[in-house]
Amino acid sequence: MSTKKIRCALIGSGNIGTDLIYKIQRSPVLEPVWMVGIDPASEGLARAREMGLKTTADGVDGLLPHVLEDNIQIAFDATSAYVHAENSRKLNALGVMMIDLTPAAIGPLCVPPVNLREHAEKVEMNVNMISCAGQATIPIVNAVSRIQSVAYAEIVASLASKSVGPGTRANLDEFTYTTSGAIEKVGGARKGKALAIINPAEPPMIMRNTISCLTDDEPDHVKITESILQMIKEVQKYVPGYRLVNGPIYDGNKVQVFMEVAGLGDYLPRYAGNLDIMTAAAARTAEMFAEEILAGRIQLNAVEIA
Amino acid sequence: MMSQSNTSSLKGRKVILHDMCLRDGMHAKREQISVDQMVSVATALDAAGVPYLQVTHGAGLGGNSLQHGFAPHSNEEYISAVAAKMTQAKVSVLLIPGLGTMRELQSAFDCGARSVHVATHCTEADTAPQHIAYARKLGMDTTGFLMMAHLNDPEGIARQGKLMESYGAHTVYVTDSAGYMLPDDVKARVSALRAVLKPETEIGFHGHHNLGMGIANSIAAIEAGATRIDGSAAGLGAGAGNTPLEVFAAVCERMGIETGVDLFKLMDVAEEIIVPMMEHVVRVDRESLTLGFAGVYSTFLLHSKRAADRFGVSARDILVELGRRKMIGGQEDMIMDTAMTMARERGLLKAVAA
Repeated sequence: MSTKKIRCALIGSGNIGTDLIYKIQRSPVLEPVWMVGIDPASEGLARAREMGLKTTADGVDGLLPHVLEDNIQIAFDATSAYVHAENSRKLNALGVMMIDLTPAAIGPLCVPPVNLREHAEKVEMNVNMISCAGQATIPIVNAVSRIQSVAYAEIVASLASKSVGPGTRANLDEFTYTTSGAIEKVGGARKGKALAIINPAEPPMIMRNTISCLTDDEPDHVKITESILQMIKEVQKYVPGYRLVNGPIYDGNKVQVFMEVAGLGDYLPRYAGNLDIMTAAAARTAEMFAEEILAGRIQLNAVEIA
Repeated sequence: MMSQSNTSSLKGRKVILHDMCLRDGMHAKREQISVDQMVSVATALDAAGVPYLQVTHGAGLGGNSLQHGFAPHSNEEYISAVAAKMTQAKVSVLLIPGLGTMRELQSAFDCGARSVHVATHCTEADTAPQHIAYARKLGMDTTGFLMMAHLNDPEGIARQGKLMESYGAHTVYVTDSAGYMLPDDVKARVSALRAVLKPETEIGFHGHHNLGMGIANSIAAIEAGATRIDGSAAGLGAGAGNTPLEVFAAVCERMGIETGVDLFKLMDVAEEIIVPMMEHVVRVDRESLTLGFAGVYSTFLLHSKRAADRFGVSARDILVELGRRKMIGGQEDMIMDTAMTMARERGLLKAVAA
């Protein structure tokens, strides 16, 4: 086994950043080194220190002087769309590749089993993870559209109230637009629509997603079902709790699939599959880049600032 | 005006009626109401003096979907056609964040909508601040609409209503989406809101008639301080329908509550226009009674009947299970999912994958 790992920084010391530490620590090719916050008293930073990470409460500027000496090559941004562009610009300038978990989406949209390899080959220096609903549903849309053209795809994501933070709540329209757009761009549907429901039931419900596709021609039941089952296996490689509950069921040109996403329960509770699939997809994305870097197939270069 | 045979403590109280048959009624018509029908109903309600009427897809702005069905026309087409014909009534729309967006609200406003119910589940008011603020910026009459209100206690409803008010809502509604509440439940929630909201913030009640309590609950709401009541001519709405507006207007007249509507004209709209439009008689039947009894979202009614036909599980069993699993408005996909799971457990459906 190679002992060499790609060193990472986590920006944002909230639930997502903390959960990412667990996932990255398990990775054979990644090592969490820095966590960046803005509040010296934050619980997240204290926990990161306990877990052996270096921390700063001075935002990304507190990290910049250490990037080169600590050989940080990949950074995860779990802050907000408002500060992401600036974070990305500063770190890209030092040759750090950014994985964006905010809705900023300044880089290409990434759903690992659909287009991660393509992004790694192009050495994209910033990739965006879309939204939890996007990660949970776009693989299925793509599994249909790679068999037959899809005129329209619609997804309904039901989330446990406790798993939806204040940022998402205050910006639900952004979630809707980002996810709808990605169903088209990455999923391959000509038109996409995303619906989100926040359910407060106790005990909290595990994330559910219903994916419906309208194909242009009569759907080939056998081929589409096979493609969907294969895609589910791909997602299960990084989210073991990604589970088919019902379907695929066919009605004329409509294909419907009913999924459940249970998290790993690292730091976030198991019902919060919506958050887990984001951190797992982000970690998977970083791993693919890391494997390519370690194998010498790609090299990250500083992005010049115009 | 009719003579009053009774005097009541509510004599002289003013209440604003808001008709729902061209929005909630869309559910009962599987979203299939034509523009001509909308205009004919709306002009008749306008002539009867109904001050507000809601016009959109049953699920509101953004409602056209596989999840909620496709109407034959866009919300913009319906709103424009109706708004152009109104002499006094204001056209309102429904907006559920997570489904409808501010872009769609702007578009509805451009077509002539001047009032909006911004609706969230009764514990999730904090998904609505942007939309309420945007409606206020447009100068719209703005309501925060707390759905499935039986699933939050009076103190919880008061806190959620206070949030809606803080975002800019003129009015906060207690919304009995499941038609589950009894008059004491309504009074407790309206009173709790009245105790915390600013005096100028109005309180409304939106009922469903699944337990036959639409009128009684609306009166209870007024007794506790509500000044706005939603209803629907002939009750055309989801489940066993909304509070039948002409019946409610008659009760108000008997009690001396001032609504400003012409009762006989409203009765004529219900009898001559709405009833002939109905595809099924909107009434308390076995399934709509189940909604009210089990506390299930009224719109689930027709979806459950369709799933029952398709998978051979009774609609009542599906509805009871949905209630047990605490499914809320917007989760119509879970009806089919639940029916399929039940059918599989009963050996009526084979699983695709292990």
